[in-house]
Amino acid sequence: MALVAEPAAAPTPAPSPARGRWGLGPGGRYVLSRVLGSAGTFVFVVVFNFFLFRMLPGDPISLYTRGRDVDQAMMRALRTQLDQPLGAQFLDYIKNPFAQTLDSVKYGIPPWDVILPRIWPTLLLVGTATILATILGVWLGIRSGWRRGQRFDKVSTTTTLVLYSMPEFWFGMILLIVFAVGVFGLPGIFPIGGLSTPGVDTSTPAGWLDVAWHLTLPVTTLAVIYLAEYSLVMRASLIDEMGQDYLQTARAKGLRDALVRRRHAVPNALLPTTTLIFLNLGFVVGGAITIEYVFSIQGLGSLTVDALDGPDVPVLQSLFLLFSGAVILANLVADLLYAKLDPRVRS
Amino acid sequence: MTGQTTAVDPRTLSPRAIVWARRRRAWGRLAGQFRRNRAGMAGLVLMGLFVLLALLTPLLFSSSELDVTQATGGVYDPPSAQYWLGTDDSGRNVLALVAWGSRISLLVGLCATVISMVIGTAVGIMAGHYRGVFGGLLDRFTDWFLVIPFLPLAIVLATVLGRSLLNIIIVIGVTSWPGTARLIRAQTLSVEGRPYLERARALGAGNTHQMTRHVLPNVMPLVLANTTLAVSISILSETTLSFLGLGDPTAVSWGSILDDAFSAGAISQGAWWYLAPPGICVVLVVLAFNLVGRALEDILDPHGQGA
Repeated sequence: MALVAEPAAAPTPAPSPARGRWGLGPGGRYVLSRVLGSAGTFVFVVVFNFFLFRMLPGDPISLYTRGRDVDQAMMRALRTQLDQPLGAQFLDYIKNPFAQTLDSVKYGIPPWDVILPRIWPTLLLVGTATILATILGVWLGIRSGWRRGQRFDKVSTTTTLVLYSMPEFWFGMILLIVFAVGVFGLPGIFPIGGLSTPGVDTSTPAGWLDVAWHLTLPVTTLAVIYLAEYSLVMRASLIDEMGQDYLQTARAKGLRDALVRRRHAVPNALLPTTTLIFLNLGFVVGGAITIEYVFSIQGLGSLTVDALDGPDVPVLQSLFLLFSGAVILANLVADLLYAKLDPRVRS
Repeated sequence: MTGQTTAVDPRTLSPRAIVWARRRRAWGRLAGQFRRNRAGMAGLVLMGLFVLLALLTPLLFSSSELDVTQATGGVYDPPSAQYWLGTDDSGRNVLALVAWGSRISLLVGLCATVISMVIGTAVGIMAGHYRGVFGGLLDRFTDWFLVIPFLPLAIVLATVLGRSLLNIIIVIGVTSWPGTARLIRAQTLSVEGRPYLERARALGAGNTHQMTRHVLPNVMPLVLANTTLAVSISILSETTLSFLGLGDPTAVSWGSILDDAFSAGAISQGAWWYLAPPGICVVLVVLAFNLVGRALEDILDPHGQGA
């Protein structure tokens, strides 16, 4: 499979007509256009983030301080800042969108200081769940797509459709009530929430086990809900590939069915699934918000829910920027990966 | 099957009547194919049952059953002959809560979908119809909104706008249109290449005429399929936002029942009858709309080989 052409490495005896300005090949141009496109999207999000909180009706100060006592000095500071012309405020903001001048209303420290320590639990939860969901979802999709219409396919498609229709936090609560609290006389086995037992040192192997024990239910919830979509897409793209002539050729060569599937159909069907898994990160972020809330995991999601009452607007703004930035980055990775996997995209 | 209806001499009919007859036949064909799709029909029946429940609720349960001060049951009574689904933490009948919840959940889901479909279809058709700067801008704009993660955006919007029934409808509507716009734009581009649009242009049809009379009727079936899928997403979104406390604080929806149950400690009390019913209703309704939407997509998708 061809790789993205490295502009410097590709031997060019004569400048070929495919080459544009700056001596970039089609691959290089593709990468450049995608990177610029993502940068443009991020600039849009940054600008949107500024105006969203200022263009809406009402007094911004009452929005920032709704439902809480704020001392006069802070009110004055807020007012001098927000009384500047909008243009000046915007210039101030755009110079460094990450240096929020307003402190978190709830914690009294800059929003990013609140957010940064919360990133790891979320990454651990979402990362583990995504990896599990990908492996299981792709496997399920291949199995049911290849033997389409048979019993396994029918059962798995119905199950995945039901899971796909399920609010993930509700599934989490049901798992909690069944496996952590225990109903109908069953004992509760799993912890009811949190990331570790208080007092346990999480840097020791015993601590890791404790964390794994605490993460079992939340990771299961997210993985089961996500694998539904991945397996539906994998099944659909495998079925799309099954009508293709090259599979006929592979069979005519005398390849066994399993080999046709593994070497020919699956690699091609994996392309749309790969992109979907990355594109889906926006949806994954949403799942993390409610699941962390239900399982009281101190990550970005439960921080978002905490910031809702008040509301703690500076923290919400920074979180919005972080979530959007992460999803834009994931999309860029998906685009570049797709191009690397499928040479047709680049030209 | 549809051949007999064209026995009338076309010359005696006005152009409008011919167009209408043709459209009626197309929709009739769609309905016929849909009836043969078993999963789609199951979805449609399920959908009908829930709509019926939502409409009949005021006759079945008095709205006073939602009032905490007029609750008649005990705290967390398990299901019994009197309370089929038990009672909640303040002694209200869970069955009545779930029935009343269906009204708000369906209402928000349907209204939000209408907003999202109108915006999505309009932007999609215009982005596909207008070439040059305007179309390009709309296309970029769609891309930008497509990338912003839905729940964080909805949370931020709902926080800024405040909590009310209308606001939650607006929030879901204006955050979920980009997917539709994408799809409709692609379909518009394929319609734009057909000869009858060239003919319309040659006869001097304006942009508005081309878009509303030629493009729109052709993308309509796709809009319909997408609408049913969008309703299921809107209902899920409403449930999630209400669960996070961003819905109307005075309205009972399935999401707000789950929020109440979670905050009242129904999990640690083992009150499964309080948690399970609203969630099961969400799953069934969303599944119903999904089944209908997928069936329609199967029928309309030229590559699909049917179910």
